[in-house]
Amino acid sequence: MHISVFDPAAPEAAELLWLWNACMWICGAILALVTGLLVFILFRYRPRDGREPAQITGNKKLEVTWTAVPIALVSLLFAFSIVAAREVDHPIQREPDLIVTGHQWWWEVRYPSSQVITANEIHIPTGREMLVAIEAADVIHDFWVPRLNRKIDAVPGRRNFLWLRADQPGTYSGACAEFCGEQHAWMRFRVVAETAQAYTTWLAAQAEPAQMAATDEAKLGQTRFGQLTCANCHNINGVNTQKQYAPDLTHLASRKMLAGERLENTRDNLRDWLHEPNIIKPDCYMPNLNLSGADLTALTAYLETLR
Amino acid sequence: MSDIPMSPGLVQAGVAAQARSTWLEWVSTVDHKRIGTLYLCATLFFFCVGGIEALLIRIQLAWPNNSFLNPDAYDQIFTMHGTTMIFLVVVPVLLGLANYFTPLMIGARDMALPRLNAFSFWVFLLGGLLLYLSFADGHAPSAGWFSYTPLSEKGYSSRNGMDYWALALLGIGVGTIATAINLIVTIVNLRTDGLTFRRLPLFVWMVFVNSFLIIAALPALNASLVMLLVDRMLNAHFFLPLGGGSPILWQHYFWSFGHPEVYIMVLPAFGIISEVIPVFSRKPIFGYGFVAASTVAIALLSIGVWAHHMFAVGLGHAWEYAFGASSLLIAVPTGVKIFSWIATMWGGAIRLNTSMLFAIAFLFSFTIGGLSGVTFATVPIDWQTTDTYYVVAHMHYVLFGGTLFGVMAGLYYWFPKMTGRLLDERWGKVHFWLMFIGFHMTFFVQHLLGLDGMPRRVYTYPDVPGWAVMNLISTIGAFVLGISVLVLLGNVVLSLRHGETAGDNPWNAWTLEWATSSPPPEHNFDAVPPVHSTRPLWDLAHRAESRA
Repeated sequence: MHISVFDPAAPEAAELLWLWNACMWICGAILALVTGLLVFILFRYRPRDGREPAQITGNKKLEVTWTAVPIALVSLLFAFSIVAAREVDHPIQREPDLIVTGHQWWWEVRYPSSQVITANEIHIPTGREMLVAIEAADVIHDFWVPRLNRKIDAVPGRRNFLWLRADQPGTYSGACAEFCGEQHAWMRFRVVAETAQAYTTWLAAQAEPAQMAATDEAKLGQTRFGQLTCANCHNINGVNTQKQYAPDLTHLASRKMLAGERLENTRDNLRDWLHEPNIIKPDCYMPNLNLSGADLTALTAYLETLR
Repeated sequence: MSDIPMSPGLVQAGVAAQARSTWLEWVSTVDHKRIGTLYLCATLFFFCVGGIEALLIRIQLAWPNNSFLNPDAYDQIFTMHGTTMIFLVVVPVLLGLANYFTPLMIGARDMALPRLNAFSFWVFLLGGLLLYLSFADGHAPSAGWFSYTPLSEKGYSSRNGMDYWALALLGIGVGTIATAINLIVTIVNLRTDGLTFRRLPLFVWMVFVNSFLIIAALPALNASLVMLLVDRMLNAHFFLPLGGGSPILWQHYFWSFGHPEVYIMVLPAFGIISEVIPVFSRKPIFGYGFVAASTVAIALLSIGVWAHHMFAVGLGHAWEYAFGASSLLIAVPTGVKIFSWIATMWGGAIRLNTSMLFAIAFLFSFTIGGLSGVTFATVPIDWQTTDTYYVVAHMHYVLFGGTLFGVMAGLYYWFPKMTGRLLDERWGKVHFWLMFIGFHMTFFVQHLLGLDGMPRRVYTYPDVPGWAVMNLISTIGAFVLGISVLVLLGNVVLSLRHGETAGDNPWNAWTLEWATSSPPPEHNFDAVPPVHSTRPLWDLAHRAESRA
């Protein structure tokens, strides 16, 4: 998993890296100058004969120079920043392809054209620009995928926009960058870029209602999902419909990670998560329901079928 | 350099007064030197507390998925670390030095309003204690030193910690504003004959400008704290979107205080550097007028740059360009200062004692911090780097590598004046090198961590390649810093007892505070020498020389 801004995977991130490099050359040159002068002075101007050195109080030409040159340099940087800003945030002239909502501490992901709702894992087709609307359900969050584009806040009561594109298929790690409470650290997500065909297949599969449980164990799990309080917060399309207080589970098993990337989505981890969410992610809103061993096994088996 | 004529009887009276001092005298004192000393002692205490909090943070982050602190505890600790260091250490330590040395440097007997001065200190101290009382009440504030709404509102921070935070800062803010008014009144009215504004020591210049900045900025914080308290306690909704309020409003208010605050935390340190570098280069400051004027420019610009903390909010490009431009411009007067200090050293006879070492370390570290600041003012770069460890690195380069190194330079420079004894130079060099190495080790890698995608204010992080190593380096550096502070404390304690006697003017310096005994008597001066330039004691010495 590589996250660095030095490894851009989209034109927007590449533009930002270009600006960074330009700025670094200018700042690096100034730092080298200052450091060089300091080192030179420390070797050259040490007390020699106990006499006071020549008392120079200033030099107007020099002073004007080191006022004027920095003005020119920051003007250049200002011009560069306008160029880059326009590349990164181009005008918005259509409805968003994706609506991402920050919750404490997970990301809700909706595809308005196909009614798909998922969480913490965003799929996009390669080479196509997706317009993402960024919202927040509770406090301020911040959506950031360093290798693809800038970060932008998710602010309750308003909607921000971001262009999301990746040139190559792959997984791009993202995180919440604005402090949003105890589990800010585990409000991570990923962007999965895939070929147009794979993306279409994925979207179609996600639009389907949940698979009905087939085995006895899974059937028990499905029943217990409704009987226990799981269904008060979580939605499984085809089983119950609920306001999205918590991640949609319709296709939970198709996702790579659990709990804001805290855990890999394996059977054991899923069971541990259901068993003791407050240990794995302290202060998170998923309650510990003190599930019995039988319930844990049944629920895990059922959730594992939600491909 | 000739000694300033001083009645020996008065010197002894001063020493005797110190020996008699009881705690009651300290509590009831209105003497600016004692109040200054109280500020320095209190800030040293809070510095140690905030430093321990920093070490707890670094232990938790030493490796991925660590469970030394749980997230709730971590959030309390990092909130208290930031709040402590800013409000209880950096601002008051500078106010303490300003308190102690402004009257001495302008040849005055005391501050203009001594009782207000005492009030300011005690409000500050009680505010600090009130903040820490939150631990005793079960939960310290945990929404960060910036306390963004709605996270800091009742619905998301239901426990009392936030209220302690707001009330404590309100008290401290009142004290700070009172001190600023006091300093302005003092500098305007109590300068000795001949000490015009064009001859004012640069430290006093910067304290003067800084005080106006405090009066401009702190009320914005106090007003927003009251609004937050009204939201929390009376169920208003200034900052709650559901009630028609705006969470962004808080950010505007907070940063319209918060960015001038950054300069409030650094301008007096610029002043210290502007005293230390000339004295230990044996030359007057290069471009006195430009250095003083650039301070005014920084202060004015700093009032109009706050939204550069909000470039990720989505304010729109027009706003962002405007605040980006003003933020870039502030680099210009800052650069003027850096080059003026370097030009002061150029051609000098540089005396590399601990004070000067810290001043040079300040130049180097603050330049890095200033340049990384330029990267934030270049708006689209900020979109990548804000809210990452890159910011943590930047801000510590400014406040630790900048202000705190400046304060250290000032401490080694002025300690003999305050106590009559020099700080030990050998221990001083050990302290310097440990602190310099520890500082860069702790914070340099954080630039890279941020660029490598690590958000800030996280209680732990996944095992991304490279993150573990860099975090461990940073943690080891933090412990080196911790050891350096112990060396400093040891040096202070030892030097107070066994330090070399300083005499009136151990550095052959030239501003008025060196024209009295060390420590100065309660009335400061028996006779203030005449002032004909920025360097009265230099004039005195060299006139004597030419006469001889």
